[in-house]
Amino acid sequence: MNLNGIRAIYMFEMNRFRRTIMQSVAAPVLSTSLYFIVFGSAIGSRIDTVEGIAYGAFIVPGLIMLTVITESLTNASFGIYLPKFQGTIYELLSAPVSAVETVIGYVGAAATKSVLIGCLILATARIFVDYTILHPLWTAAFLVLTCTAFSLFGFIIGIWADSFQRLQLIPLMVVTPLAFLGGTFYSITMLPEPWDTVALFNPVLYLVSGFRWSFYGVADVAPAVSLAMTFVFMLVCLAVVAWIFRTGWRLKS
Amino acid sequence: MRPAAHAHPAPPPFGADDAVIRVEGLEKTYASGFTALRNVDLAIRRGEIFALLGENGAGKSTLIGAICGLVRPSAGRILVDGHDAVADYRVARTKIGLVPQELHVDSFERVMDTVAFSRGLFGKPRDAAFVEGVLRDLSLWDKRDAKIIALSGGMKRRLLIAKALAHEPDILFLDEPTAGVDVELRRDMWRMVHRLRERGVTIILTTHYIEEAEEMADRVGVIHKGEILLVEEKTALMRKLGRRELVLHLREPIAAIPEAVARPALSLDGEGRTLTYVFDSQSEDTGIADLLRRLAEAGIEVRDLATSESSLEEIFVSLVKGRPS
Repeated sequence: MNLNGIRAIYMFEMNRFRRTIMQSVAAPVLSTSLYFIVFGSAIGSRIDTVEGIAYGAFIVPGLIMLTVITESLTNASFGIYLPKFQGTIYELLSAPVSAVETVIGYVGAAATKSVLIGCLILATARIFVDYTILHPLWTAAFLVLTCTAFSLFGFIIGIWADSFQRLQLIPLMVVTPLAFLGGTFYSITMLPEPWDTVALFNPVLYLVSGFRWSFYGVADVAPAVSLAMTFVFMLVCLAVVAWIFRTGWRLKS
Repeated sequence: MRPAAHAHPAPPPFGADDAVIRVEGLEKTYASGFTALRNVDLAIRRGEIFALLGENGAGKSTLIGAICGLVRPSAGRILVDGHDAVADYRVARTKIGLVPQELHVDSFERVMDTVAFSRGLFGKPRDAAFVEGVLRDLSLWDKRDAKIIALSGGMKRRLLIAKALAHEPDILFLDEPTAGVDVELRRDMWRMVHRLRERGVTIILTTHYIEEAEEMADRVGVIHKGEILLVEEKTALMRKLGRRELVLHLREPIAAIPEAVARPALSLDGEGRTLTYVFDSQSEDTGIADLLRRLAEAGIEVRDLATSESSLEEIFVSLVKGRPS
């Protein structure tokens, strides 16, 4: 195991985040805070409770998920796209690092950053709304799993993308809608037939539901199902990454 | 039609231990169907400077890419110090440093950080003193805290060399190291390559500047349309293929070469004022003495004379010219 190699990639990525702390940390925390103010405090005060939870508190887990999913995709995809774009990828390809080591370095760094942002938002939310966390260990587990799974997904997008437009395409056109429709702002039990069934095909629903369950003990789907779905999603991404490195797809000629 | 497998002269025999890189039957056909390498056999000796000559698109970069891990070979195998470049890539790649042709850099990184990154990536523990040494060697120490974007082109080129040397490789690949580099920097680069060789680093460079190969290389390989045409000691190559020319400037112009002096290798030009004689510098009798004597007998006075030998460039052109496409 080339531990020095993993550390080099990981620290390289973390340094890049530190250099761009305004865009990469301050911006998502600020924009999520706006949601808390508008939906939580301003509008939320006129909305009844959802499943017995004040609306402002109800949206906290979903909003954190929405942000960490977007951030994981953006960071991980950009992290591997940039060396491709700049041509500096030659060094990675000629280095004695395995596929696993490369993924640990890039995806690990992106996931670390997303977890940090998630924690920052959680702390910031406290200023605006009152929430409780029933199962803190599960909260941490869902957060780390989601960040890792979507960083993996982002890594795939970064390797697939051959332009900055394509880099933005999937996060904007697919993931943001899925995240919004995944029960971030509502419980799917509030949806009319057949949309409550359709919603079950949305993978983000399971993440939001499981994460919210760890806060308040209420969920749209069973927490075990949520956990299983998160793992399935991660395994699919891992399989794709393994295939990419075996074939050299979009990396080697 | 496929060329015969060993149409080119075999590399001079030397023991397996002397070959730091051994390429056997290497083929590369890209997804587009373009065949960049055809049955390439090549052995690089430990500690030599090897120049790979070829025109643009001849397969130089593909060959380097295959050895370094950027290109997936279609067939054949590559041994780096006895280690298979695919199966045993960790050991093989640790021994190699690669300086790419293009100036691929992370614009917003600091000089020192990017060199330390390269060292770590290749599995070496941190060593600030070593990184400092590399930067000083390449006159980049003063720029250690600078952002790469602020460096000049020549500095970026040196930085790429520093990155390639950061993990103490035994073998250094320089892909067109002086493309678009000014004369002074080119001389600096040549001096640096010689210093590295003195330390025992094997250097393989590609170039289409013949002057560069002539200046630096111990051995020269010529690649053309994906095939190695020849591999030869530079001096032997120049001896073997080099023609010498004797140019005689005459005091008085002559209308024609007198019968007694005439010979096939002798021509008259410059409005009857210069005689050019082509001879083989290796032969026992160059014919120069006889030529001069007969000129004197014919009463033709020579004002000045000069000899020149053909450069590697002329050799290269004559090799590549007339090859079937």
